[in-house]
Amino acid sequence: MNAENNIKTLIVKKPLKLDCGKTINEFPIAYETYGSLNEKKDNAILVFHALTGDQFVTGQNPITKKDGWWSYAVGPHKAIDTKKYFVICANVIGGCMGSFGPSHEDPNTGTAFGTNFPVITINDMVNAQYNLLDHFGIDKLFSIAGGSMGGMQVLQFISNFPDKAKTVIPIACTSSHSAQNIAFNELGRQAIAADSNWKDGDYSSKNTVPNKGLAVARMAAHITYLSKKGLQEKFGRKLQEREDLKFGFDADFQIESYLRYQGSVFVDRFDANSYLYITRAMDYFDLAKQYKGNLSDAFRATRAKFFIISFTSDWLYPTQENKDIVIALNSIGADVGFVEIESDKGHDSFLLDVPDFLSALKNFLDKSYTEN
Amino acid sequence: MKNEFQVIAELIKKDKKVLDVGCGDGILMEFLKNNKNTNIRGLEISKNKVQECIAKGLTVIEGNAEKDLKQFPDKSFEYVVLSQTLQAFLNPELVINELLRVGKKAIVTIPNFGYWRVRLHLLIKGTMPITKTLPDEWYNTPNIHMCSIKDFFYFAKSRDIKIFKSLAISNQNVSIINDSNLTIKNFFADLGIFLIEK
Repeated sequence: MNAENNIKTLIVKKPLKLDCGKTINEFPIAYETYGSLNEKKDNAILVFHALTGDQFVTGQNPITKKDGWWSYAVGPHKAIDTKKYFVICANVIGGCMGSFGPSHEDPNTGTAFGTNFPVITINDMVNAQYNLLDHFGIDKLFSIAGGSMGGMQVLQFISNFPDKAKTVIPIACTSSHSAQNIAFNELGRQAIAADSNWKDGDYSSKNTVPNKGLAVARMAAHITYLSKKGLQEKFGRKLQEREDLKFGFDADFQIESYLRYQGSVFVDRFDANSYLYITRAMDYFDLAKQYKGNLSDAFRATRAKFFIISFTSDWLYPTQENKDIVIALNSIGADVGFVEIESDKGHDSFLLDVPDFLSALKNFLDKSYTEN
Repeated sequence: MKNEFQVIAELIKKDKKVLDVGCGDGILMEFLKNNKNTNIRGLEISKNKVQECIAKGLTVIEGNAEKDLKQFPDKSFEYVVLSQTLQAFLNPELVINELLRVGKKAIVTIPNFGYWRVRLHLLIKGTMPITKTLPDEWYNTPNIHMCSIKDFFYFAKSRDIKIFKSLAISNQNVSIINDSNLTIKNFFADLGIFLIEK
């Protein structure tokens, strides 16, 4: 098996200075595209993935053989219509689907970087991905879109490159990671570090894998992506393939079994060190701080049209945090629309079949494109 | 489009920045966008109506006029429109102040409680008036602060709010209201439209 064959890679020649002070050279950005770029090159949409996503937005992911993470929203005639638009998505740096990350070989040691990989930020991620515009000869993107950490990248991108996108769609995100967000990420990182197979991040040279720690991290995070109501309706106190409680610590309840399953499938596709690096990047994200505490200043230079979307049951990136972005934009007279979508599906709503969300996204994009 | 919106549109000059507070399904916004080339935004409380506006390609923010107007800077719009919703607010005075802070001018329309049919209904039937512009029962009406054209006129005067233009609509006829015909217009019009500034 050679998974690498299915991965398109751009080797970025231009050195990139990271926020941590280090500079990286000749590094790979793995990406995928859907649809085709038109002659005027005005139909490109750059999609940013969330924490555990990758460049395989839709269709079958060639590595995991599962549906792409945004299959409900992206594809022919879908909300982000690939018959009409050219969709580009890159694996973030620090990730584990081909872009430069901690599982890559450190030329100085001949083994994986592990925790010797430089700490990266959301700013570093978007600066790295910006190289794709030059690669495709795109002067201006029609849109940039993403949910959760993808939304944070959207905000950072337009603030770094104010005239490089016509429309901007941050979904279920925040301009600054809250204490609660950081706390959940720290829980995940500590679960990984507590796994004796983690070996201070040097597991690949020791031929071990901290799967247990990573699975627990995923289980904890997964709870934060759902709503209490959603969980209650789906699982309640239903028992897992048994008539009664077993008075032991097996998965008696369906919810336990479900979470264990989510943890176990996650470790097959994700690298523990990447999980540490990417959650760190999210925790460091504070766009207002980059502009001396004034979030509006992040958007002052752009004329782009914003459309911000939140979900009623999302308690990880609640509506108020999304609204704070709307307020910052309104206070400088920017062109901004906002809607809170009614959904019981929690933070994960943006990834799921939520018709009101998908139709709002489609209508916004298609109407904005016609007005172009 | 209803007569009221045509009158509002006539009050708005071309190429201006407009905020439609309680924009509903965006009929007025769409008309202004297409005919007056205005840079128009909407604020709407109903999720379904916001979706309808998005489907029309309009820029709308889901929100509540009593809470969400404060995010807009002073005089950031040439006109702020409030159509037939003033009476539904818990604190109409606060909303008027906010409209006049955010907009250089405000256009406010009110269903007239001084309209003769309203008066007659209460006089003869002795129950809360129900008319075309006020179709709800007392127990389910969103209208908690009804006023008449005369009330609004006096309110504006007492608060030093300048009334540039006030118009009365009765049976599709539009006429100008002034100090001398106020009592008559207050009797015959079912809707009042005011262009105000502070």
